[in-house]
Amino acid sequence: MVPSPTRIVGSMETLVARLREIVGVQWCYTHEHQLRTYESDGLLQYSALPAVAVLPGTAEQVQKCVKACADAGVPWVARGSGSGLSGGALPVADGVLIVTSRLKRVLSIDLANQRVCVEPGVTNTAVSSAVAPDFFYPPDPSSQIVCSIGGNVAENSGGAHCFKYGFTTNYVCGLEVVLPDGELITLGGQELDPPGYDLLGAFVGSEGTLGIATKVWLRVMPAPETVKTLVAFFDSTHAAGEAVSEIVQSGVVPGAIEMMDRVAIEASEAMAHAGYPVGRGAALLVELDGAERECETRFEEVVAVCERCGSDDVRVARDEAERQLFWKTRKAAFPAMGRLSPNYFVQDGVIPRTKLPDVLEAIDVLAEEYGMVVANVFHAGDGNLHPLVCFDGRNEGEAERAEELSGRILDACLEAGGSITGEHGVGVDKKKHMPKMFGEADLDAFQRLRCSFDPAGLANPGKVMPTPRLCGEVPGIYRQHPLEAAGLAERF
Amino acid sequence: MRPGSAEEAAALLRELAEAKPVTTPPAEAGSEARQEGRAVRPRGGGTKDWGPPIDAVDVETGGLNRILEHNVGDFTAILEAGVPMAEAQAAFAEHGQMLALDPALNGSATVGGIMATSDSGPMRHRYGSLRDLVVGATVALSDGTLATSGGKVIKNVAGYDLAKLFTGSFGTLGLIVRMAVRLHPLPPTTVSAVGATDDPDRLGAAAVALAAQPLEADCLDVDWRDGAGRLLVRFGSAAASHQAAATVSRMQGLGLEECAAVDDDDELWMRQRVHQRGECILKVSGRATDLPAVCRAGGAVVGRPALGLYWLSLPLARPAASSPQPTPSALDAEAVAAARAALSPRACTLLDAPEALRADAWAAPEAGALVVMSRIKERFDPARIFRPGTFVGGI
Repeated sequence: MVPSPTRIVGSMETLVARLREIVGVQWCYTHEHQLRTYESDGLLQYSALPAVAVLPGTAEQVQKCVKACADAGVPWVARGSGSGLSGGALPVADGVLIVTSRLKRVLSIDLANQRVCVEPGVTNTAVSSAVAPDFFYPPDPSSQIVCSIGGNVAENSGGAHCFKYGFTTNYVCGLEVVLPDGELITLGGQELDPPGYDLLGAFVGSEGTLGIATKVWLRVMPAPETVKTLVAFFDSTHAAGEAVSEIVQSGVVPGAIEMMDRVAIEASEAMAHAGYPVGRGAALLVELDGAERECETRFEEVVAVCERCGSDDVRVARDEAERQLFWKTRKAAFPAMGRLSPNYFVQDGVIPRTKLPDVLEAIDVLAEEYGMVVANVFHAGDGNLHPLVCFDGRNEGEAERAEELSGRILDACLEAGGSITGEHGVGVDKKKHMPKMFGEADLDAFQRLRCSFDPAGLANPGKVMPTPRLCGEVPGIYRQHPLEAAGLAERF
Repeated sequence: MRPGSAEEAAALLRELAEAKPVTTPPAEAGSEARQEGRAVRPRGGGTKDWGPPIDAVDVETGGLNRILEHNVGDFTAILEAGVPMAEAQAAFAEHGQMLALDPALNGSATVGGIMATSDSGPMRHRYGSLRDLVVGATVALSDGTLATSGGKVIKNVAGYDLAKLFTGSFGTLGLIVRMAVRLHPLPPTTVSAVGATDDPDRLGAAAVALAAQPLEADCLDVDWRDGAGRLLVRFGSAAASHQAAATVSRMQGLGLEECAAVDDDDELWMRQRVHQRGECILKVSGRATDLPAVCRAGGAVVGRPALGLYWLSLPLARPAASSPQPTPSALDAEAVAAARAALSPRACTLLDAPEALRADAWAAPEAGALVVMSRIKERFDPARIFRPGTFVGGI
């Protein structure tokens, strides 16, 4: 077999040789056919080939790889399972990609203290499995079977149940981190409230720009006693939105509230065959979990609210199989759209929940203006929208128009007081929208944090911030140096 | 000094940063050379004199006292830093809502002060601390920058989470001027289950066992004083009475005594909050399984065992007329050191304490983490005016 050409040129050779020494030749990929696997993450419209991909097997090897990059001044990107949806793990062209997929050991389980310590390549589901059946790990991104905890930490992943349970940042109590200069440090640990600044809070959700986690301590929780799930159908998303508001106002904190609009219901039904009625305006999935008695009382309230808000079709899951079917249908929405439309863009905007009717209407108007189909699936409890803008990339200019439409949907979210991303991250995809949400002083403050961790700017450059920035000297108010005062030195 | 708006605060800080350093009493050579502007200390209600003392100008947040937004339907609010916590809670309660955070309120504690110190109370068991409830913040830095991070929606991952960085920064990075928080529904009713034992090991084992139950309790607290301990579990759900009754029988099964459900339980929890303050309070960042050791560390204890957080109240030495030596403060320092040694390697932070003891308030962070913290201090407080030298590792 003729090997495909490598991506190594010039001074990179020395670095690659060093990386090979660190991880072993078999875990250091430089041939194009090997690197193609890593050219994109879950967001396929961006791709770039790194010069080399390394798969370290230990934290020590990660540290050495990062140090080698720092010494060579070569930028690097960390990658977990590559299931992210913002291009956060997009390689730097001709840079180094550090893949954590071999770091998948569960290091310790301490159920008395409700803690687990894992390596970053462990999948989200594997954490819950490791502590089952009495405990579970609440954040549950829909890619949980494949996505890695390291990636969850980088993106501060949420999931369908985060309205009640919170996000990754609420569950990480310790991290071992390799800083971009190659230093290995420990932030927190098994205990809460470690002394000093909340570096964990700063690191979780930093999208791989502050370093790479090599060990993660997580808090787990007692598994809920019971789970009750229903799907209610409404004539319009407006009516379903009313039901969401009423449920939340009444003091119920559901484990999850998910909504699908007409287009999404039809697409999902075609794939999941759950017997959902085609043509209804909206489907609302509500799940309550917790103590048995509490769930029962509250569940009756939820059914009543749905009916009061105009639902004439409320289906309660009779058993776990039916509950799984409801969820399968909800989770089928994304892949199902792929069957209806050759291409689509997913947005991740967030709005204050009460603005739901206004923003959905604005999306309808925009879709009509552009002559495009937009399907809506969203985490209704926390106002996180996932509009799917459908288009056919084979038609010239359609992708651009779809992207423009997506951008205008985000504008509508921001006008409503929301955010450009609720859970997918900024990455490379949404960095151009950052100035719409943050002013120059805000972005400058972000940069101060980034520079405190990565003064050389080698960790995942080109992500998050709208324009590349250098760190430079520590900013400060000019003061005369004593040597200047004494006339012994001058500044040039 | 008392700025009346965020912009005024930022301008004021810049002025202070550019002011000539005041003549400070001779200190170690290093520390004086590093001080650049006029040292400032952000001050809310002035109810938490925590951290090493410093000669500094107080920048008071009393002029920043508006509730800017209470978005009832969205369960969010935007508050200026100087809003008294009690006032904010009263405003939310009118709509059946709350900021799910219940630290002991001595008079006029402000939301800004609570954020700066990351103070919390029993409800932390279920809802987390302010770091888990804050969704955005605006801060004023020593170069006059006014920077906002986060937003006002409960789910948002755009940009770095500077609100968390400033939570618990004890006024050493900048002035918190404004915050956006997530709110929760007020519980319709509350009922508590209480069980007692004077055996620290039994108390600890019962706490671990209860914490492992899927109770969805609002609070799970321990109280230990004068050789007697209690566990308290509070329910605020629709089925609170049922949950409390079931917990009482679990407590009996775990060997606790005098187990009972308490309907009128406000007083019970007020006491837990009040006992978190005192003359000499050591906050222990520990584990659930540390409870027996904390009970044996020489003081009274309140805490959240499921979270591994305890507040150890050490008795202060009284001046003895007969023998002037050693001084009471030397005895107190010894008592604090002894408690820290007994609980090592857990981090113990000294909160309420006589001034002489507070110079040694912090536990040491891991060395590598401290390097990053120092760089953060340099970049966020370039003029080095925010309580310089008073945070962990002399930051």
